[in-house]
Amino acid sequence: MNKHINSSSPTDNEAILGILNNSESMLKRIYVAYFPMVLKLVLNNSGNDDDAKDVYQEAIIVLYNKVKSGNFELSSKLQTYIYSVCRRLWLKRLSQMSKYGGDIHDFQEYMPVEEDLVTHEERDIQFTKMEGALGELGEPCKTIIEDYYIHGRSMQEICEKFGYTNADNAKTQKYKCLQRLKKLFFQQK
Amino acid sequence: MSDIELMAVIERYLNGEMNAAERARFELLRHDNEAVDARVKEHQEFTDRIKQYGERLQFESMLNEIHDEIDVQALKDELVHHPSAIVRLWRNHHSKISVAASITIFAVLGTLFLTGYMKSQSQEAAVINLKHDVDIIKRKQTYQISNIHAAKKIAPDNYGGIGTGFAISSNGYIVTNFHVVNGADSVYVQNADGDAFHAKIVTTDAVNDLAVLKITDPSFKSLGALPYGFKRGKLDLGEDLFTLGYSKDDQVLSKGYLSSGNGYKGDTVNYQIAMDVNFGNSGGPVLDSRGNIVGVVSSKPAGSGGSAYAIKSKYLIKSIQADTSVNSLSLSSKSKIANLSRTQQIEKLQNYVFMVKVYNR
Repeated sequence: MNKHINSSSPTDNEAILGILNNSESMLKRIYVAYFPMVLKLVLNNSGNDDDAKDVYQEAIIVLYNKVKSGNFELSSKLQTYIYSVCRRLWLKRLSQMSKYGGDIHDFQEYMPVEEDLVTHEERDIQFTKMEGALGELGEPCKTIIEDYYIHGRSMQEICEKFGYTNADNAKTQKYKCLQRLKKLFFQQK
Repeated sequence: MSDIELMAVIERYLNGEMNAAERARFELLRHDNEAVDARVKEHQEFTDRIKQYGERLQFESMLNEIHDEIDVQALKDELVHHPSAIVRLWRNHHSKISVAASITIFAVLGTLFLTGYMKSQSQEAAVINLKHDVDIIKRKQTYQISNIHAAKKIAPDNYGGIGTGFAISSNGYIVTNFHVVNGADSVYVQNADGDAFHAKIVTTDAVNDLAVLKITDPSFKSLGALPYGFKRGKLDLGEDLFTLGYSKDDQVLSKGYLSSGNGYKGDTVNYQIAMDVNFGNSGGPVLDSRGNIVGVVSSKPAGSGGSAYAIKSKYLIKSIQADTSVNSLSLSSKSKIANLSRTQQIEKLQNYVFMVKVYNR
């Protein structure tokens, strides 16, 4: 198994460049390379494969945000970084489930990653708030906002999709939606 | 300008849809009017948030797609530890191999004898030869056996007392009686396979005669989820009960029933059970027919056979919950072996019941 991983896993430099260039194939190589390690960590510490998946994907998101914000220094190995983030996230989950017995079986060196996780948690809160606000927004507002601000569709396309007779009406509608979304967003807890 | 009109202007500005003159005018306005400037920043920040939300959703779905292509089951199988093939072969078939070896020797010797091969040699020489052959085989066999045992961890054999204990978590927390480990200098626990692990005493509860140990040995691996649950309610008189314990070097099963709801002289912490237990059973788990831990064997009335006292599981749970060093352990009330036959239950249980070896100063 180890041989297999080594032959296909990208070097750390390759990986970082790939992340910065939004390379989908690199994401896949990184993902496949380090998942077995995290699976082993979680399985050996009273979790199952679904737990491993959750923890690992969260860690990959943390990694991406860190690399993209330009803060990833190659002083640490990518593998150590991923392991440390997953370890921290899994410890947190264990204590939430009050299953944490006081120690964890490690098989890798790890480093402190608390600061990154604080940043991640803040982002996570924003994400959940936006999710909640969009959920409460209702149609057609939700689709209009998503089409325009997320998918980058033009007002012309949106106009046709919703059958607005003139573009100004659609624009007014969009701004009203955005105002409501803002209000809902700041009401979220 | 209404709010919505302002928003439209800001958006055109941010999207770069203004011509140069318009842009210059707006930048001037922004410079002079702090409220407008704040609105521009706020708008940009908020629309960025929406974008980030969208990007994260897309990223997550990409991750899920990649994940679905991974054969998780195969990875899991690889991660589970398998003993080497030879050790497994020997464990499963050692008796058959020994019998086969013996038969072969006798068959060879018998044939030689019957075909008259030995007649030419003196009787005495044949006997010596035979002994020699057997010796070699014996040596080979013990060599094989010692090879397998070499992997085992053996506890020092100068222990001063023996009791029983059982796991209350998969990561090596074990309950036994306080009186078993009282005054101990060092404690080892030994599982059904004979592997011994060093353990430390985490906490004791002299009032309820309970103690919690934790395996500290680096060679210890997680036990896996506990098969039994912990009963919170009380038992009915006459209920079938059993215990596994180390009244000798191997686990011994004792069966019985609940004979009284209280222990010695109305002691409400204990049950009285009709069960034949001996020295070494102390600290063992008492289970009902559905595989729930209902008590911990503690003592027996002086001079009487066939009767014993067991600490009620309720007090075990209370004692653990009241102690900050172990109250993070959650004792499940759900038994996973409720519907199995007794022999299957015991098979599942065996790996969770330990011999507690105590070394005194």
